[in-house]
Amino acid sequence: MKMTKLAAVLAATLVAAPAVAQDLHFPMLNYRTGPFAPGGIPFADGYQDYLTLINQRDGGIGGLPIRTSECETAYNTERGVECYESIRGDNPLILQPLSTGITYQLIPRVTADGIPLHTMGYGRTSALEGETFPWVFNYPANYWDGASVAINYLLEQNEDSLEGKKIVLIYHNSAYGREPIPTLENLSERYGFELVEVPVDSPGQEQSSQWLQIRRERPDYVIMWGWGVMNAVAIQEAANIRFPMDHFIGIWWSGSENDVVPVGAGADGYTALTFHGVGRDYPVYEDIQTYVVDRGMAAGNGDQIGSAVYSRGLYAAMLAVEAARTAQELAGHAQITAAEMRTGMEHLSITEERLTELGLPNFSAPFDVSCQNHGGSGAAMMQQWDADTQTWSLITDWIQSDRELIGELATADAAAYAAENSITPGCL
Amino acid sequence: MSDTVLFAMEAALNGLTVGIMYSLVALGFVLIFKASGIFNFAQGVMALFAALTLVGFQNGQVPFAPLINAIFGTSVHDFGFNMPSLLAIPATVVVMVGMAWLIERLVLKHLVNQEPIILFMATIGLAFFLEGLGDIMWGAEVKRLDVGIPQGMSGAVDDFTYNWLGYGFYLDTLNLWALVIAGIMVTALVIFSQYTKQGRALRAVADDHQAALSVGISLRFIWVLTWSIAGIVALVAGIMWGSKSGVQFSLSLIALKALPVLILGGFTSIPGAIVGGLLIGVGEKLFDFFMQPVIGGATENWFAYMLALVFLLFRPQGLFGEKIIERV
Amino acid sequence: MLYREAGDFKTSYASDNQTFPIRFDRVAYWVVMAFAFLVLPMIMGDYWANSVVVPFLIYVIAALGLNILIGYTGLLSLGTAAFMAVGAYATFKLTTSFPGMPIYIVFLLSGLITSAVGVLFGLPSLKIKGFYLAVATLAAQFFLIWLFTRVGWFFNYSTTGQISMPERSMFGVLITGASASSTAVYFTCLIFVVGMAWLARNLTRGTVGRSWMAIRDMDIAAEIIGVNPLIAKLSAFAVSSFFVGVAGALTFAVYLGAAEAGEAFGINKSFLVLFMVIIGGLGSILGSFLGAAFLVVLPVILKLLLVDTLGWPADLARHLEVMIIGALIIIVLIAEPHGIAALWRTIKDKLRLWPFPH
Repeated sequence: MKMTKLAAVLAATLVAAPAVAQDLHFPMLNYRTGPFAPGGIPFADGYQDYLTLINQRDGGIGGLPIRTSECETAYNTERGVECYESIRGDNPLILQPLSTGITYQLIPRVTADGIPLHTMGYGRTSALEGETFPWVFNYPANYWDGASVAINYLLEQNEDSLEGKKIVLIYHNSAYGREPIPTLENLSERYGFELVEVPVDSPGQEQSSQWLQIRRERPDYVIMWGWGVMNAVAIQEAANIRFPMDHFIGIWWSGSENDVVPVGAGADGYTALTFHGVGRDYPVYEDIQTYVVDRGMAAGNGDQIGSAVYSRGLYAAMLAVEAARTAQELAGHAQITAAEMRTGMEHLSITEERLTELGLPNFSAPFDVSCQNHGGSGAAMMQQWDADTQTWSLITDWIQSDRELIGELATADAAAYAAENSITPGCL
Repeated sequence: MSDTVLFAMEAALNGLTVGIMYSLVALGFVLIFKASGIFNFAQGVMALFAALTLVGFQNGQVPFAPLINAIFGTSVHDFGFNMPSLLAIPATVVVMVGMAWLIERLVLKHLVNQEPIILFMATIGLAFFLEGLGDIMWGAEVKRLDVGIPQGMSGAVDDFTYNWLGYGFYLDTLNLWALVIAGIMVTALVIFSQYTKQGRALRAVADDHQAALSVGISLRFIWVLTWSIAGIVALVAGIMWGSKSGVQFSLSLIALKALPVLILGGFTSIPGAIVGGLLIGVGEKLFDFFMQPVIGGATENWFAYMLALVFLLFRPQGLFGEKIIERV
Repeated sequence: MLYREAGDFKTSYASDNQTFPIRFDRVAYWVVMAFAFLVLPMIMGDYWANSVVVPFLIYVIAALGLNILIGYTGLLSLGTAAFMAVGAYATFKLTTSFPGMPIYIVFLLSGLITSAVGVLFGLPSLKIKGFYLAVATLAAQFFLIWLFTRVGWFFNYSTTGQISMPERSMFGVLITGASASSTAVYFTCLIFVVGMAWLARNLTRGTVGRSWMAIRDMDIAAEIIGVNPLIAKLSAFAVSSFFVGVAGALTFAVYLGAAEAGEAFGINKSFLVLFMVIIGGLGSILGSFLGAAFLVVLPVILKLLLVDTLGWPADLARHLEVMIIGALIIIVLIAEPHGIAALWRTIKDKLRLWPFPH
């Protein structure tokens, strides 16, 4: 008798538990430790600060508070799996794994479990094919966009002709570093420039032979796909061989303060791609100061605010919040599920007016997500480092990537994936 | 001269200077191995820890700030003043000596007479501990390290070779300084071990522990001494490598660059560490130069090991190592 | 009490030779087996299965393999992760080239391929000893990883160099891929662990194992009494690599599902397995289990304690965790240099005499 009562109570709590949870769960898979911690810390801070701001200023999204949970991956795939397993039963709405390796493991898992995955500026490029990868989103830009934008920028600089120019790609010898190669090879055929590939083995503490080679090659431009300590060393070596810094272009993961500050004055003029605004000249930072920093709720040490990767974390959080808002409108209720969140992400529309409302005017290129295109606009800007003021500044407007070419490459890759895993592409 | 020869010469020269940078790390290993037979895996992390401490002192950071903040809910970060390098370096040396003393007290004392592999494992444990400690004490973000050593292309070498050969060689000034510093360090070590009482005691211990004990040399003092010296060597290596890349976690991985130097030179020889470093440096740069067009680059991680492995097949104790005598 | 025995009376060779000469151990063994096969799958949730138990089982296989090399033959190797990578890439190549091949056979074949590679890299051990050999095995580590990231054939020329495991089933049950149930994955790992542990135990008790131990204790003396060092050392490398290769295949196929050589099989993993062997106990089958359990479960428990219970920041907890693991390694080595297994052996000896220690 007593036992049945107890069991009934237990069962009731178990059944009722999900309904009680009146909040929106935004888990964070961060890496504040390990070899890549310097890149992981600002992103995590930015992501968390923006969500704190939404909670503090607006009381959450649609009246529901955002609940964050942090899981430390140390950029390690096994820890990533552990983190995923620990949060997947806790109604996560959106996952940002922050690592290409973890992304590849999670793609089949989230597809089976029905949890949206947002890999912003990393991860699997062909995931922009929404029909093959319904649960994976990589808006607003991916690596192939990055390569294409870099070349388009150089075309702009050279009166639309790169004929006979020599461009070196120095890259992290890993899956990530090799991403741009097919795109760049393709573009080199089209525009007639010579592409020289120079790999650097992880971690890249010692690069003198690579830079001797670059010095011998006398390239017109160097494009870098680097990560971690490799960035700083490469920029240092480039400064050492007196390579003109404004002819040295890094991908967005090679364009943070961590990469240029250790080099000091030598890094002045180094350029990097970015798919979001940089610096603190956005009205939203006043709110962050008032509602987050002044209330003592800043994430981490609070010393990263306004840095390049912090902005990226903030941007990711902003997109997640906007997607949740869209999802709430579409669903007609505030307590959305992961599936409704996915629908929201698929109907996400970032417009200039909305960005201004959010206090982030021109922070992002406007874009619409659709079932077919999970990849956003593909536009990016160029930022340049000023060593005197220790700031990044934007030197171009949005530069559009060659989406036609990228679409072709992505369709082929997605088709191969679909065939390997017997997926029938289609909208959910 | 043809371009290829010039380029190869340039690569080899760079290899020599980079090799010295490897030797700086390898020296610390040799010192400890010689004096106590311990293969100190923590040497790389010690370099990282020393560099972190130095930068922390320079910037006036509060040690353990994140931990203090987490426990007491405060938000302290730094003392608000900067320490000049001339003061920060001796302060770091004091920390490293203190650490050596603690290591002897807490770890080595309890592991006397254990097999080498157990001691080796203990140093791996130590490496983990120091890695976590360094991060908790000083934070995990990248820090700039500048103690005033010039960096960048050496103009003198460039001009000289341009006038002489018609092609300006590139050499990093920092690496040239490493050459000078390594020279000073080896000389100092030689003078110390040949002409001072403690140095002679050190050599006696390296020769034969038991005999040294029986003539009244305190083994424990000697251990503290060697670990202190290794700590100072680690600080020098940390400064040189940290100036290149900033101080961050990856700095501890330079230990992996030093291991092939060690096997090539022999675990027990200080000149071996220098010569081994030079050989590895030149070998890997030249291999990369000639093989890069054939197999693609990024061979540096394994080439040094392969070179050392092939070398070992002919001379199992390394270039200058003591001959391994087996008694049955 | 628990260990009730009086003297060493055996009436047949079979009973003299059995694996567990003491009845209590035999009973305990069967109880553990019954628990692992019958009870655990019932009570274990997905989280525990996928992020604790499955990695534990896989690491047991790797630790067994490394223990054969270090603990039984005395050859120090730091290339474990690279051999795991060989197993993983062999599985990928085999299963994508021959989709119809039963996946268990693929795992075993991957082990054999790793064996061959292991023997190749074991050749220097005939000449080089001690730490010199350890550093030489690092050559294998860096070279193999470089090969797997560089040569397109190994990852079927995919643009990124990531390898992903397609869905495969055995006996009609899905084993690999995201849709595979955690129970199927668990049983796969369990079957391999039991099989491999049985193999390791019996190999180390037999002629081969004795020749390994003779080499470990003193190779020259062993050679003089007629142990062929060539065969003994290379067979140790072969068997060890087979185990490690199977562990790598399982890591890739059932645990991670996707992998990239440099990241999933980096040098840190070599060290992790080495820790397991040393902490668990050199030259002990039980030690491999204990060591793996210690190092897989400990971080999870520390995380539950520091982050979920005390609410500390995740990064601080992680730094502390690294420190605690480092400190524990030192403490275990000081307390019992021969690992947890030796600690257990001491307890057992005491228990056998208890309650009359004199």
